[in-house]
Amino acid sequence: MNSPTIPEQPAPAPVLRRQFSLARLRETAIEWALFGCSSVSILVTLAILFVLLIETVVPFGGQLPFFGRVSLWEFFTEPRWTPTFSEKHFGVLPLVSGTILVAIIGAFVGLPLGILSAIYLSEYARPKTRAIVKPILEILSGMPTVVYGYFALIFVTPYLVQPLFHTLLGFEVDATNALSAGIVMGIMIMPMVCSLSEDAIRAVPRTLREAGYALGSTKYDVSLKVVVPAALSGIVAAFLLAVARAIGETMLVAIAAGNTPQLTMNPLKSVQTMTTFIVNTTKGDTPSGSIEYQSLYAVALCLFVMTFGMNVVSHAVMRRFREVYH
Amino acid sequence: MAKSFTNLMNDRAAAERAKGGVPNGAADPAAAGAQTHRVKVETRSLNFFYGSSQALFDISMQIPEKSVTALIGPSGCGKSTFLRTLNRMNDIVEGARHTGEILLEGINIDGPEIDVVALRKRVGMVFQKSTPFPKSIFENVAFGPRLTGVKDRRALDEIVTTCLKRAALWEEVKNRMTDSAMALSGGQQQRLCIARALATNPDVLLMDEPASALDPASTSRIEDLIFELKENYTIIIVTHNMQQAARVSDMTAFFYQGHLVEMGHTQQLFTKPREKHTEDYITGRFG
Amino acid sequence: MTRKSGIRPAEILFEAVCRAAAWSSLAILCLLVGTVMWKATGFLDWQFFTSFDSQRPERAGIWAGLIGTSWLILLTFMTAIPIGVGAAVYLEEYARDTWIVRFIRVNLSNLAGVPSIVYGILGLTVFVRMFDVFARDGMVTRLAGKHIEAIIIAGIEIPLPLGKSLLAGAFTMSILILPVIIVATQEALRSIPPSLRHASLALGATRWQTIRHQVLPAAVPGIMTGIILSVSRAIGETAPLIVVGAVGFARFAPGGIGSFKDLTTHPSGLLQAPFDKYTVMPVQIFNWVGQAQQDFQSVAAAGILVLLCLLLFMNGIAIVIRNRYQKKLRW
Repeated sequence: MNSPTIPEQPAPAPVLRRQFSLARLRETAIEWALFGCSSVSILVTLAILFVLLIETVVPFGGQLPFFGRVSLWEFFTEPRWTPTFSEKHFGVLPLVSGTILVAIIGAFVGLPLGILSAIYLSEYARPKTRAIVKPILEILSGMPTVVYGYFALIFVTPYLVQPLFHTLLGFEVDATNALSAGIVMGIMIMPMVCSLSEDAIRAVPRTLREAGYALGSTKYDVSLKVVVPAALSGIVAAFLLAVARAIGETMLVAIAAGNTPQLTMNPLKSVQTMTTFIVNTTKGDTPSGSIEYQSLYAVALCLFVMTFGMNVVSHAVMRRFREVYH
Repeated sequence: MAKSFTNLMNDRAAAERAKGGVPNGAADPAAAGAQTHRVKVETRSLNFFYGSSQALFDISMQIPEKSVTALIGPSGCGKSTFLRTLNRMNDIVEGARHTGEILLEGINIDGPEIDVVALRKRVGMVFQKSTPFPKSIFENVAFGPRLTGVKDRRALDEIVTTCLKRAALWEEVKNRMTDSAMALSGGQQQRLCIARALATNPDVLLMDEPASALDPASTSRIEDLIFELKENYTIIIVTHNMQQAARVSDMTAFFYQGHLVEMGHTQQLFTKPREKHTEDYITGRFG
Repeated sequence: MTRKSGIRPAEILFEAVCRAAAWSSLAILCLLVGTVMWKATGFLDWQFFTSFDSQRPERAGIWAGLIGTSWLILLTFMTAIPIGVGAAVYLEEYARDTWIVRFIRVNLSNLAGVPSIVYGILGLTVFVRMFDVFARDGMVTRLAGKHIEAIIIAGIEIPLPLGKSLLAGAFTMSILILPVIIVATQEALRSIPPSLRHASLALGATRWQTIRHQVLPAAVPGIMTGIILSVSRAIGETAPLIVVGAVGFARFAPGGIGSFKDLTTHPSGLLQAPFDKYTVMPVQIFNWVGQAQQDFQSVAAAGILVLLCLLLFMNGIAIVIRNRYQKKLRW
């Protein structure tokens, strides 16, 4: 557009020219330091894997790892877990069954409570109600789990489970049992289920609800038949995360579920979970290199794989869920 | 700092005057307005891309110093993009790239040897929505000088006072320098942003629709301010408002869909535009 | 077309059930706190607050746990905050969307789902036992030719391996709360509008100058809220600390600093404390619950009340900070 016939400009001050300076070096150094901070998280994951594997699978320091001494077959099929007895058995099934028993009971209690609360809070509740219930849920989710364990031991067992199952129905109820722990576990995971489900329900576009109402549906119809199915994958993801949390929980079960590893589906009996075994064994002084010490890592590895797997699946489900609404 | 800030600014102005204006031998009437002014900023065949979509097409223009150049055109035509290439603010946008040259006083500002931080201290920017820092009024204006290492309290005081005066805000805030800048009105905040930009002692001031979010009274104060500032600074202003462009600027460039349609003396562009397209826009046939 | 005769009973029932579910949380909370308070009657007094533990329930106190928890929090934050905030700043302000950054993000969300006891195992191996390299037949002993049990830096004896010390516990807890701090800081940084950064950059500030002088100061309230939330989490954590050796029954304070008097008589204990054994409140509570004597259940209840009050206090501060700064900075 313009024909440049302007004569050459005199060279301006060299202010613009980049100079090597300490300031520039500092900028780069800071960026690298911050990158280092963010890679600490990767270091942690690698460390967890390393630590779990060197005692169980990979020989390190001239010691036979756990699975060099105990066969995988025994680990997964033997119905007895007795690492501290003179006659040692290393079948992890009792621990896994204890863990799953408590987790399933917890799921039966916590999931319905959580999902129904979520539906209420997002579809029915007035803002004033939400303003009260949400903080309560936050308090419950921030409660230290020793308190939950205490509650299960001191209240749920003697005042709920025993009166119902022993006094009324005549069953044998151990002082520490899976049922009490499971009930309180359900209470513990309910806030998490509620908040994640609520997020999923809120993510359902309003247009979907409005379409339902426009067809003459009631709130009940829209909630149950339009919104929940649309939010289903988010709710499923929430469910998986909550169960993973229940599986990884330690103090609640250590206090209320008991310390006897037994392969049973009877919730009124005392059981030991994977987490309880780890925490009770490390309370004492187990010499390193011994098979008992290594069994700690084997159980921890099993626990890690279970929870990690559920977390991965849950995130995959959530990702799939998010794509649907883009 | 051996010399005071004001002295420095005056020195530079005096040096510029002493060099005198280099007559512009352009036969092109569009560039005739740069008669007594040198070219401060120039682009040559500038093409700008956001990823794969092109935002600016072959823009070549010369902007004379110590004057106000207005960029007008309908929204989305690339005016702001163009403005941001002049202080390399587009560098922070991922996927932004361009071909062609951008020159500040003849130096290509894209060269790898150019310190972009120093560039931005010489080419200041005022944004459409005023963005004061959530700090005191004093700290807002003092931020720029502090970056260059000025620590002396008296030196900072002097810079801040000078800039606030030049931005016509001094009288209103001189007794509440420690108040939060967020407590100022919209028009005051924008003038504060102008003062803040002036504090780094720039040569060029880029203004992206500085008054579009303000009421008419504040707008006219800003326009007066621009008129005063052009004595010492090269100002490039993007504006939606043609009347504002007509009031305030010496040169005007009309952008349309990423192309520079026409550029010339404001007077001439608004009364006798050469391109039909320009005339249509000015008379309101579109945009 | 109108609906026949009003609302179906199923609908009323459904809404009632949902409402009951939501309000059950209140009932549960009351029941929980009520049980604890009832059990603690007679045992929660000033003497409980200020005494060390004891074989006799009426003389047992939570003082050791209070001191230990305070030390743990202090040491944990000295490590976790710089790394956590630094990581968040990098991820939000510097990182481009490359594969390594995405990997870090995915990794962080996976770490948040790892059971806390696994972190305990990590801490046990890395910090407490230090991979057994300092053991009698460990790698360092073989390389150095002698059994190194401690090093002395500036007059402080640092045991090697760290053993069941406060520092080992603090490092373990830092790793545990790191994802929380990173995510909270990221959110605080994200809430700062980009226009603030643009305004700073346009004035010729470098990226770090912009972060240090404008972005971080503006994000401080959000970061502090996140820090306080992770304090709450750390205070209540029990399992990983038991695994790394927090003591159940403690009649001492780390470094020998159990009272103000101790502080004045031998202040060097402050430097020795991080390498000492310790206990924390939840571990003491767990220990009391496991005792045979019934009265210890009441002691445990008293301990729980102290713990809950502390948590309430911290969360209250977080809420106050959040509200105060939300009013100040309206973007």
